[in-house]
Amino acid sequence: MQFMLLFSRQGKLRLQKWYVPLSDKEKKKITRELVQTVLARKPKMCSFLEWRDLKIVYKRYASLYFCCAIEDQDNELITLEIIHRYVELLDKYFGSVCELDIIFNFEKAYFILDEFLLGGEAQETSKKNVLKAIEQADLLQEVRHNYFL
Amino acid sequence: MSDVVEKTLTALPGLLLSLDSQPGAAKLCATSRLGSLVRSITELTSKNVGEEMAEPPAGPLFHTEKPCHVRAIYCEMLGYEASFSYIHAIKLAQQGSVLEKRVGYLAVSLFLHESHDLLLLLVNTVLKDLQSTNLIEVCMALTVVSQIFPKDMIPAVLPLVEDKLTHSKEIIRRKAVLALYKFYLIAPNQVQHIHDKFRKALCDKDPGVMTASLHIYLKLIKESPESYKDLTDSFVTILKQVVGGKLPVDFNYHSVPAPWLQMQLLRILALLGKEDQRTSEMMYEVLDESLRRAEINHNITYAILYECLKTIYTIHPKSELLEKAAKCIGKFVLSPKINLKYLGLKALTYVVQQDPNLALQHQMTIIECLDHSDPIIKRETLELLYRITNGQNVSVIVEKMLDFLRLSKDEYTTIDLVGKVAELAEKYPFPYNSWFIQTMNAIFSIGGDVMQPDIPNNFLRLLAEGFDSDEEDRQLRLLAVDSYLSLLECDTSGLPQRFLQVISWVLGEFSFLKEGLEPADVVERLGKLLDDDAITTETRCWVLAAMSKLCGSSDALCKAEKVAHKYTSCLDTALRQQAVELELLGRDVDLRTRVLPQHVIGFCVWLQVDSSLSFLDGFVSDALARGAAPYKPPHQRQEELSQEKILNFEPYGLSLPVSLSACSLTDRQSPTALSLSSSLSGNSADPPLKAGSNLLKLEGVKRVWGKQGYLPEKQATEEALAQEPSSIFAPSHQQACSESQQTTFSTIVEQDQEKRQLASSLFVGLGSQNAPCLVRTVSQMSVKPTQKRSKTTSIHLTSAFAQNLSDSTSEAVPAVGNTEVVEASEVSSLSGGSGPLAQPSSQVERGLESDLPSRLPATLVGLLRSDVEELCSGESLSLSACKVFDADALVLAIFLSNISDSSIQEVSCLISSEQLKVPEMCSTFSVLSFYLNGLNPQLEGSVSCASQATQSFSLTLSLVDFIRPLPLTTEEYGKMWLSFSHDVKQNLMLLKHEEEDQLEAALTALKEKLCLHIVDVIGAEGIMACQLVSGRPCLLHCHTHGGMLAIWLRSPIADLPDCLLYHCQKAIQER
Repeated sequence: MQFMLLFSRQGKLRLQKWYVPLSDKEKKKITRELVQTVLARKPKMCSFLEWRDLKIVYKRYASLYFCCAIEDQDNELITLEIIHRYVELLDKYFGSVCELDIIFNFEKAYFILDEFLLGGEAQETSKKNVLKAIEQADLLQEVRHNYFL
Repeated sequence: MSDVVEKTLTALPGLLLSLDSQPGAAKLCATSRLGSLVRSITELTSKNVGEEMAEPPAGPLFHTEKPCHVRAIYCEMLGYEASFSYIHAIKLAQQGSVLEKRVGYLAVSLFLHESHDLLLLLVNTVLKDLQSTNLIEVCMALTVVSQIFPKDMIPAVLPLVEDKLTHSKEIIRRKAVLALYKFYLIAPNQVQHIHDKFRKALCDKDPGVMTASLHIYLKLIKESPESYKDLTDSFVTILKQVVGGKLPVDFNYHSVPAPWLQMQLLRILALLGKEDQRTSEMMYEVLDESLRRAEINHNITYAILYECLKTIYTIHPKSELLEKAAKCIGKFVLSPKINLKYLGLKALTYVVQQDPNLALQHQMTIIECLDHSDPIIKRETLELLYRITNGQNVSVIVEKMLDFLRLSKDEYTTIDLVGKVAELAEKYPFPYNSWFIQTMNAIFSIGGDVMQPDIPNNFLRLLAEGFDSDEEDRQLRLLAVDSYLSLLECDTSGLPQRFLQVISWVLGEFSFLKEGLEPADVVERLGKLLDDDAITTETRCWVLAAMSKLCGSSDALCKAEKVAHKYTSCLDTALRQQAVELELLGRDVDLRTRVLPQHVIGFCVWLQVDSSLSFLDGFVSDALARGAAPYKPPHQRQEELSQEKILNFEPYGLSLPVSLSACSLTDRQSPTALSLSSSLSGNSADPPLKAGSNLLKLEGVKRVWGKQGYLPEKQATEEALAQEPSSIFAPSHQQACSESQQTTFSTIVEQDQEKRQLASSLFVGLGSQNAPCLVRTVSQMSVKPTQKRSKTTSIHLTSAFAQNLSDSTSEAVPAVGNTEVVEASEVSSLSGGSGPLAQPSSQVERGLESDLPSRLPATLVGLLRSDVEELCSGESLSLSACKVFDADALVLAIFLSNISDSSIQEVSCLISSEQLKVPEMCSTFSVLSFYLNGLNPQLEGSVSCASQATQSFSLTLSLVDFIRPLPLTTEEYGKMWLSFSHDVKQNLMLLKHEEEDQLEAALTALKEKLCLHIVDVIGAEGIMACQLVSGRPCLLHCHTHGGMLAIWLRSPIADLPDCLLYHCQKAIQER
């Protein structure tokens, strides 16, 4: 996977993760173009897009668009499932996730993503294990805070 | 608005100081400081104000405050610059507690990119954390390492990461493997020594770690499938276990066992089984099992099915499996879900070359998809149609493609599709001359200035060179002229520049074909083009060039001069030169009649041009004598320049000498280069062809066809399809079509008649009786029509010599003195009947060969050449020759020496070849075809003089003589490598085991023997590039392992790799 973007229906970027080194300028350009293209598509259309030499796989969950860029030989359907699993993880962690959860706790969303995907490849596909790892790290955070208080 | 900002700004310091009292609790965070920042930023509308907020307040507090970083990340994401916080993020990762570290690392991985300088500061922190006893810290360090890490610092952390492979916790081992995978991606040679550790990871008892190691194996196997064939068995066993549900339930995803693992394994198997029957046989069973198991109607099973299909069609085919796979494809195509339909079309595209029946089965679905509302589906359908194009359905398909193009706005799609249309149009133009011209016009006006430049170049070449029959050529040209004239009558302001250039060239070249058309008329119409301010100077040059070709009549000349006069003081040098040349032509009647004879006698006469510019030799040698630097061809200059540039990077390198010659003499590719010479030269298509420069030509349409390794089949099938006599087969096709329609679609009550018609027009020529093609045929040297038409484009043996060869006439050489050099390109010294007697030289030396090279003409000095070889010698005459490898030609330098001590007279030398006709020598393809047939063309000749009987000699030309180094950068190489379709791989035995650096020795041998250019050496791999004289490239990839040299050649020409491999083999053996 080359990168993953989360953006709202209004085109506001909510989360971005790049697995290929690109300059900030390029990132911004790509984001702008992609958000436009994806938002312009109608709901009944195919979840896949050909864009430059990449393939874009996107899916809308409520008001959020999840959008991944993969290479030509990668499998589109499994990428859709990666998105789905990520949503499942967020949902489980936040308990029925909504856009606001991701806006106000986006660092958590990043932590979960890092635990699920590493370097653009799925590293841990078990929901239970990902959440366990996150909770362990969170636990440490709580303990420390209690210690200070 | 402004009071919101004010409020926030005043509130911020207070907020920063107060402690975050409700961490972790998601819902409450809305009241936290981040929350307020988020809220206040969302309320802002002006970007400047937002930047203010991101910047000033945070500074001094950063190193202790975690939420500030979260805020900075948020600001960055919104597009505000927060670079001031980068260093604080690193500090936080370095010094903070675990929780701060977590945020610090996250911020670093989001802010910085791989080559950011600040990353170096992170290395120590990572090292420390890797050694930590706290699992979470180790995890964090491994996570950041596998996300961004400076390439040069890998050796520092590598041992620690390696250690983690034996860690007791599964999660650590898994992350370590992924970190190594990342290292492998960015610097493969640095992890080469730990390949056995990968193997250990593959055998790990935890399936998670094993899955992670498969990422590495996929990459490794992609690079050299040969070396991992022994693992096939293990992979098959793993897949069997996974499919059989032997893994813990944890790995299930929607009750499918470990789908990610399955897909990875399927991909690996595809790579291993490709073109290898024995290995493929091992996996048939498990593939069958996978197909059978994937029953649940869920996306994830379809994902696995799709991967399975790809594998089945990639490995050595088995008919049973193929049948099942075909059924599966049907499931995809007929699915109501649009995503699956898309993949079904993709799968069809992938397999249709092997099994055209499949397309027939689904023709009605395909037709429906063609009118689908989603452009992506349409696009994929066109891709599919493109692959089944043949002589009978080409016009329908091209029309569909053009329809799509007219609606599409995406530049990338346009470039790609325009290339494909152009390719189809050139491939099947014969029966439809007018269709061809119309299609090309559509391509030019749609493709505009974004399309690949080789499309107009090819088109012009095709027009100029024509093909089989003269009458047809004439008709085609006339059609083009007609259509362009009518185009010029309408409004031309919307036409792309490239199209205008094509128009002006064609009118300049061929408008005389149209009877009753005054050149003056054409000049006037072209002149109107120049009035438009929007056209570029380049196009103006083309227009002026066209005008100068039309100046045969005084009317036209008068008009053209008027136009040109405007530009004689133009600032653009190319344009000015064009204008001045035109004026000069107008003044000098003699020159005009010599240059433009075709208009005098009313028919085109191909002129001979001395392309070696030998008339300038005197000038050159004068200049050399006065101390001028010898001429270096552009590629040599560039090479030197790039070497100098490399020096630049060395810390204490010498300052770069300014090389004036390199800057001032760049190759100009404007039409001025073809100005007069184009109308002069017999082959007018030459310059535009050159302008398309070799590299561009390569990036032609083929590359975008996608799937490597399927091109050969494609061509073979296409050819087979194209060759089928339509009259015999067409009826049966129709029948078959309708039959399959009836069977497959009998349930559909109402069939749209139009669609049926469309279907029959689209799918004609697809053999329904063809059994699925099981045997992969390697395509024969397929000469596509475009290529067939490429005639003499460059002159290899220089003109005068060429004449000698083709006429097979002897020319009396003026009496030759001792070691007088007669060089092929020197017309002057060859012509003439009898010359004055040369004085014999008193010292007669047989060992003069060593002296001979210095006698080479100035133009050839400094070029690579073979040793001077004595071909024959008699009592008084000795004849030697050497091959000089000029950049774009093979020049034979022939030396005649007088070895007697008296003067000799009436020397005659005759050279001929039965196998070669000179024009043929000039086309790369025929050069290649000689070597394909195992022929080494020989030049035969005889030499005689008054005092000596005729002596005969012969000289063999080898393919190696036509190979030149191709200077490339590694990047360019990478790009080209991917775009080439024909490859050959072989392992060669390296005899000398004891050598320290086998690779380098082998590369040097190849370089010396074959004139290859070594692009780069990376670890145990070396890449090299070369080209045939006319610029057809071939890339080589070498890899040493255990006394073997794995050599892999790729080229856009079918048989070049094969031929070259033979020579490589020889070079290695002779070493």
